[in-house]
Amino acid sequence: MSFIADNVVWKIGSKTILDGISFAAEPGKMLGLLGPNGSGKTSLLRLLSGLKQPHSGTITLDNTNISKIRRRTIARRVAFIEQHATTNANLKVIDVVKLGRFPHRSMFSGWTTEDDATVTAALERTQMTAKRNDPWQILSGGEKQRAQLARALAQSPRELILDEPTNHLDVHHQISLLRLVSELPVTSIIALHDLNHAAMFCDRLLVLQSGKIVASGTPEDVLTSELLRDVFSVEAVVEPSPYHLRPHIHFAR
Amino acid sequence: MSKAVYSGKVSNAVVGQAIYFLVCLAAIALVVGISVGVGDMPIPLATTYLTISNKLGWTSVEINRIHEAVIWEYRLSRSLVAVFCGAGLALCGAIMQSMLRNPLAEPYVLGISAGASTGAVAVVILGIGAGAISLSAGAFIGAFGAFFLVALLSNGARGGADRTILAGVAASQLFNAATSYVVATSGNAQQARDVMFWLLGSFGSVRWPEFQLVSIVVSIGLVVCLFYSRVLDTFAFGDEAAASMGVNVGRMRIILFALTAIMTATIVSMVGTIGFVGLVIPHAARFVVGPLHARLLPACAVSGAIFMVLADIASRSLIPQQVLPIGVVTALVGVPFFSVILYRLQRAP
Repeated sequence: MSFIADNVVWKIGSKTILDGISFAAEPGKMLGLLGPNGSGKTSLLRLLSGLKQPHSGTITLDNTNISKIRRRTIARRVAFIEQHATTNANLKVIDVVKLGRFPHRSMFSGWTTEDDATVTAALERTQMTAKRNDPWQILSGGEKQRAQLARALAQSPRELILDEPTNHLDVHHQISLLRLVSELPVTSIIALHDLNHAAMFCDRLLVLQSGKIVASGTPEDVLTSELLRDVFSVEAVVEPSPYHLRPHIHFAR
Repeated sequence: MSKAVYSGKVSNAVVGQAIYFLVCLAAIALVVGISVGVGDMPIPLATTYLTISNKLGWTSVEINRIHEAVIWEYRLSRSLVAVFCGAGLALCGAIMQSMLRNPLAEPYVLGISAGASTGAVAVVILGIGAGAISLSAGAFIGAFGAFFLVALLSNGARGGADRTILAGVAASQLFNAATSYVVATSGNAQQARDVMFWLLGSFGSVRWPEFQLVSIVVSIGLVVCLFYSRVLDTFAFGDEAAASMGVNVGRMRIILFALTAIMTATIVSMVGTIGFVGLVIPHAARFVVGPLHARLLPACAVSGAIFMVLADIASRSLIPQQVLPIGVVTALVGVPFFSVILYRLQRAP
C-alpha cells in the first residue's frame, strides 16, 4: 500500500481542520480529493507530504509512520506540487528542474549521469525540453505548472501530491496536465475543483466536507446528484458521458 | 553512486574555476595594493610589495622605514579588514535575501545594527561595564541581544519570512529609539558625536588583531554558506517547497541566521554600521552570475570585498586632509552604481 491514513486529526489552534480522516491510497492509481473551499484538502495534502504532523492519528507510507521518516528520505519518494509556486529569483527552467535532484544528492557529490538522465527524462515527459533555458519569469501559467511537474518528476517520486494544479490554467492546459499526471507510473493524490475533470481522470475520489470524509470510491459511486446537493449545494444531473463513458455532470441553471 | 558526467568537461570546469579564483584573488590584491598607497603620504605600489615580502621573510630589501611602518602598522591591516568586512556583509545580505525571499533584506534586517548601536552607547555614554567592556564588546553584546529578541518575536525557527522581517523592524525601532534617547540626553556633546561617527562606519581604528578576528569569522562563514549553497537554492520557491524537497527548514533557519548574526555582529562591532553593501552587492552579483548560490556566494564575497576597499579609498581621498565616514561613501558611490543596474535590469528581456 502507498499512503494509509488512520483517524487523522489536525488542528490550527483550537480549530479542528481535519477530523478523523482514514483512507488508503492504492499504488499506481490517481486519487482525486474533492470538497468545497475550506474543507481541508490542502491541509490533508500537507500532512501527507510530511510538511505538518497530525495532532493525533497516523499516516503511514509502506507501513512506516511518516513522522518517523527523515525529511530527506520522504522527499526521495514523495514529491509535492503546491497550489501556486512563485519565486522572485531569476532561475532558468533547467535550474528549477535540477532542484528536484536535491534529496538524492549528498552535500559533496557532483552532478551524476543518473541525475542528468532523470532531469532530461522529466523535461521530455512534460514537454519542456525546448524551454529548458528559458527564464522562469517569462513562462506562461501552463508552462510554470509543467516546469513544477518536471521538478517533481526529477525527484523520482513513487507518490506525487498535487494541490489544485490546474488553477489559473486555460482549459487546454488543464486537460493536458491532468492527462499527463494520469499517465505517469506513480501513485498520485490530487486536489481538484473541476468535478468533470476529476470524473474523467481520477481512478478513485475522496470527498471532504468540514474536515471529514463524506464519500469515497470510484467516480461513478461518488458523484451523485445527492452528494452534489449536500456537499456543494448545487443542483445537477449526473450521467455517463457517451464520449468517454465516465460520469458527466450537467449543472442545473 | 554513479560516476560524474562528461569527465572531460568536469576537469575543464575545475580548471575554469581555478582560473576564476586566481583572477579574483589578483583583483583583490590589486585594489588592496592601490588602497595601501593612497593617502596623505602616497606610497608607490612597488614599496608596498617590498614591505609585504620583507615582513613575510621572502626578501630583505632596504626601504624607507617610515613607509614600511605606515604600510604595515596602519594601512595594510585596515585595507585587509575592509576586504573581509565587504565580503562578509555581501555574503550575509545574499543569505538574508534568499532565506527571507525579500529583495530588500540585508544583513541588518534582524535588528543587529540597531542592537549594536545601543550596546555601544550604553558603554560609551552610560558607562556600563565601568571601562572593563570596550565599545566593540558592548556593540557585539547589543547586536546579539537584538538578534535574540527577533528570534523570540518571530517564534524561533517556526516563524515565516514575513514574521521574521516584522520582528526585525520592531526590534530595530526599539533599539534605535533607545540609542537616540541616550544620545539626546547625554550631557557630553563630544561623546555623542563620537558615537554618531562610529555608527556611520569607520576603518580608522582597526589593526592586526581586528584583522585576525574578522578574517577567521568571515572565512568560516563563507565555507559554511558554500556547504549549504544547494540548500539555499531550494528556498527559491519558499519554505514549504524547500521542506517538500527534504530540507529541514527550521534547522537551516537557525544555522544560517545565527551564522549571519555572528558575522554581522563581528563586523558592526569593529567598524560600525556600514550600509548598502549587504543590500546592493548581492543584487549586482546576481545580475552577473545568476541566482544559484554555488556561484552567487563567492561572487558576492569577491565583489563585496573589492567594493569595500574602493569605498575606503574614496573615503580617504574625496576630501583632502579629511576622512569621510565609510557608510556615507558606500551610499554615495553605491546608489548611482545601483541605479545603472536597475535601469539595465528593466531593459533586459
